[in-house]
Amino acid sequence: MKERYDVVVIGAGPGGLAAAISAKKEGAESVLIIDRDKEPGGILNQCIHNGFGVEIFKEDLPGPAYAERFINEAESVGVEFLLDSMVLDITPSKKVYVTSKWFGFKEIEATSIILAMGARERTRAQIRIPGFRPVGVYTAGTAQRFVNIEGFMPGKRFVILGSGDIGMIMARRLTLEGAKVERVLEIMPHLTGLTRNYVQCLQDFNIPLQLSHTVNRILGKNRVEAIESVQVDEHFNPIKGTEEIIPADTLLLSVGLIPENELSKKVGVKIDPLIQGPFVDEEMQTSVPGIFAAGNVVHIFDLVDWVTDAGITAGKGAARYVKVVKEKGDFVKLVPGNNIHHIVPQYIKRDALINGPVKLMMRVVKPIEEKVWVEVSDGQNLITRKLERYVRPAEMVTLTIPQKAYDDVRKTKELIVSVERFGG
Amino acid sequence: MEKFDVIVIGAGVVGAMIARTLSRYELNVAVIEKESDVCMGTTAANTAIIHAGYDPLPGTLKAELNVRGNKLWDQLAFELGIPFKRTGDYVVAIDSNEFNKLEELYNRGKLNGVIGLEILGRDEVLSRLPYINKDVGGAMFASTGGIIDPFQAALAPMENAVVNGVKLFLETSFEDFIFDGKRIVGIKTNKGDFLCSWVINAAGLYADTVMHKANLHPEFKITPRKGEYYIFDRNEFAISEVLFPVPTEISKGIMVTTTVHGNTIIGPNSHEVPDKEDTSNTVEGLDEVFKGASKLVPQIANSMKHVIAIFAGLRATGNARTPNPNIDYHHDFLIEVNKDIGLVNVAGIESPGLASSPAIAERVIELLKDSGLKLKEKKDFNPIRSPRPRFKDMSNEERAKLVSKNPSYGRIICRCEYVTEGEILDEIHAPVPARTYDAIKRRTWLGTGRCQGAFDTPRVVEILSKELGISPLEVTKKGDDSYFLLRKTKEV
Ligand SMILES: Cc1cc2nc3c(=O)[nH]c(=O)nc-3n(C[C@H](O)[C@H](O)[C@H](O)COP(=O)(O)OP(=O)(O)OC[C@H]3O[C@@H](n4cnc5c(N)ncnc54)[C@H](O)[C@@H]3O)c2cc1C
Ligand SMILES: Cc1cc2nc3c(=O)[nH]c(=O)nc-3n(C[C@H](O)[C@H](O)[C@H](O)COP(=O)(O)OP(=O)(O)OC[C@H]3O[C@@H](n4cnc5c(N)ncnc54)[C@H](O)[C@@H]3O)c2cc1C
Repeated sequence: MKERYDVVVIGAGPGGLAAAISAKKEGAESVLIIDRDKEPGGILNQCIHNGFGVEIFKEDLPGPAYAERFINEAESVGVEFLLDSMVLDITPSKKVYVTSKWFGFKEIEATSIILAMGARERTRAQIRIPGFRPVGVYTAGTAQRFVNIEGFMPGKRFVILGSGDIGMIMARRLTLEGAKVERVLEIMPHLTGLTRNYVQCLQDFNIPLQLSHTVNRILGKNRVEAIESVQVDEHFNPIKGTEEIIPADTLLLSVGLIPENELSKKVGVKIDPLIQGPFVDEEMQTSVPGIFAAGNVVHIFDLVDWVTDAGITAGKGAARYVKVVKEKGDFVKLVPGNNIHHIVPQYIKRDALINGPVKLMMRVVKPIEEKVWVEVSDGQNLITRKLERYVRPAEMVTLTIPQKAYDDVRKTKELIVSVERFGG
Repeated sequence: MEKFDVIVIGAGVVGAMIARTLSRYELNVAVIEKESDVCMGTTAANTAIIHAGYDPLPGTLKAELNVRGNKLWDQLAFELGIPFKRTGDYVVAIDSNEFNKLEELYNRGKLNGVIGLEILGRDEVLSRLPYINKDVGGAMFASTGGIIDPFQAALAPMENAVVNGVKLFLETSFEDFIFDGKRIVGIKTNKGDFLCSWVINAAGLYADTVMHKANLHPEFKITPRKGEYYIFDRNEFAISEVLFPVPTEISKGIMVTTTVHGNTIIGPNSHEVPDKEDTSNTVEGLDEVFKGASKLVPQIANSMKHVIAIFAGLRATGNARTPNPNIDYHHDFLIEVNKDIGLVNVAGIESPGLASSPAIAERVIELLKDSGLKLKEKKDFNPIRSPRPRFKDMSNEERAKLVSKNPSYGRIICRCEYVTEGEILDEIHAPVPARTYDAIKRRTWLGTGRCQGAFDTPRVVEILSKELGISPLEVTKKGDDSYFLLRKTKEV
């Protein structure tokens, strides 16, 4: 494994795989894809039912088979894999910190990063289900992993909350494995998954669906013993008197997915509060230049085919970004120096100043509550500087490199920006 | 049959502190605990505050032991290697009416010997706590208030006690005493009889039934008082202070506070419940907590979507009268020795029991000494328990070093809290071994983040099964019949 890659993709689900392949095909020389799981494929590995690939392949494939095609393609175009390895942190200057049992703790440099971490499931607390905290309350995805990957049944009698596709598919799966699914409860007055799945997963197996119903309470202290359901009115308030005790040993929650954007937030990517995914442009580039996003990280997609499509777009964007940055000698890197956390942009064209001054935006690491110089140098010579009354991490600092610095900038490989004492 | 000098019933924070203190002496000590792990009773579900001591009525045992206990925590946290922060705490008065009550608290604190109390005016409070309700009238600040990890607070002393020779018997439930005449000579448990010279009853919610078996204090009764909580995702909503409302007669009120892990937590309310096992959350209780907390910090109303967990705890509220005959107070700690019978009762340890626990342990030792138990200090007592690595709290350089020394610290098992395989293995093989999912959770903080174990559960089941040499079907969440998995697939 190298220390530097053109493109590093975080997440080897369908979003990440498609992005990695397309980045490579578009000319990125080195592409690394990192996943915390032992196998690439993301959530598809546990989706052993079919329904994948109808749009792209005109074939109805099970999840692992769909993933397999992309894994093979990624390997054949020379994408490198780092598996069973988790990314802990990324920086705006595109450093990737990753930890692994097999490869140790590593710092990898990238020119461009693609975020493809997928989504996580909403949990019990987010929908505030009262009662005890026994074993036997699982998200549908966790139960799916137990059943389809590990080969174990987490219960015998199930109640499922949520009529999305994941919930309905699990209802059928569990029934096929000999479990009794007592009920699927749905708080909305309508189904939230596909009608096709309602017919094939519930009706065909005589699993009752109750709309406008939710879980009122979990009974059982050590192990789930029963679920109390209740009907809700149009404002989702429980209707007194409609409570019903359903004996069961397991409750599955299939109540929605949330884009997994912890890393994105840490690196300063702006998140759209409406969808909890990053704001992106037409190339799937986020608010941090050179950082792209692919798949469920952006927003929850219905179909894996669309995830793949958007992944391809992100991969192209990343490759283009790399090309621009790498066009030999054409770029000058902006390096954070003393007390600078990061600078945007991270690179400027060597002759950028021909067209006018260049504005830099940056954040400092530590507050300094006195006059300071914010300076740009080439490592030896001062190129420009600006006096600030104070600097604080919460307040962005800007600095403009004037046109007259054209000659100085052309001569150097990098520009260092730093905060220096006023007296110095 | 092995005969113990002292048997402690109950491995909550109180039992653990007592065990550790006893382990300083040349004594043969056992602790029995009915659950599958230390710290599964009241100690597992509370607000985790090390109270300054201004709240209890002057002259009560609660007041004395709280103030003393508070002082002991610095040294103790250092010796045991556990996180403890003296954050200070605020009692926030919402209008001028409440503001007038602060003076009473302040004076009570002075009488109790609490140092570092200060009354702050409205402007000062607004500048220190910009998110506070704008109707705030002022606050009292207590600089000695602090926060702790309640699990570590019980686990670490128990581990240190075990390293110093105490024997811990889990899943061992006290059933009755064995008497020889008036004197206790042993106890009956579900795992057979244990012989001993002294018994210390630190059975939390059940301390009344235990003492009734010795025909003591038939009038003493423990009534559970439930308190419910919410915990927030620290990445989405967090304050870093400890805020009390102005207290009422029965409780210190619904707080907004931070934990040593940086999560904001709100609660508890306080309601009597009939059942000592009823730690369930209720719709009404959760609503009440929400309303109470929003009164202090209105922004909470918009942050409820960032709740990651809800839970409830039960206070062991007793009806013991304060030993001081001049004080008319009936909810004091009951800590006394019965020399002829050979029993020490430590009962009715509701809040501030966690804060007071080190002082409670000191008191128990004094009582035993006064009753003639020979206490000879061990030469080789080791007070130090070194903290184990916490990947999450390390710098990248430290992480790189740790992982290169021991690669299993490189594999993240809990993706929200960054808990590694190495840390889990450490806890499974620790002096007080973690043998269930929840036991690992209490020790490492795994599964407490945004995804609440959705990602790590299958992986932890696998690790536990491998390390304990059992089938995945035998792995439990919290002992007993709390099995994660009921059978293999394809076996109907
Ligand atoms: C139960 C279920 C049934 C479905 N059924 C269908 C269907 O029938 N048809 C259909 O078209 N779609 C279906 N989908 C949807 C489809 O599977 C998803 O839309 C798609 O898998 C999302 O792809 P992704 O690459 O964004 O995310 P994921 O597949 O979730 O991949 C994300 C990857 O990122 C990795 N990762 C995350 N964070 C890190 C980190 N910090 N470091 C390293 N790695 C990291 C994860 O391990 C994971 O492998 C289903 C989904 C589920 C859950
Ligand atoms: C809502 C709430 C908030 C609180 N907040 C605070 C706070 O902020 N600060 C503070 O200082 N205090 C607080 N407290 C109080 C504090 O939590 C308790 O005082 C303390 O945890 C009591 O510890 P313990 O060891 O006595 O009890 P426990 O932790 O309950 O331990 C008793 C143990 O005895 C075991 N046991 C019982 N019967 C038997 C038997 N027959 N055989 C064997 N074992 C048995 C139990 O299983 C249990 O593990 C709060 C309490 C609650 C409920």
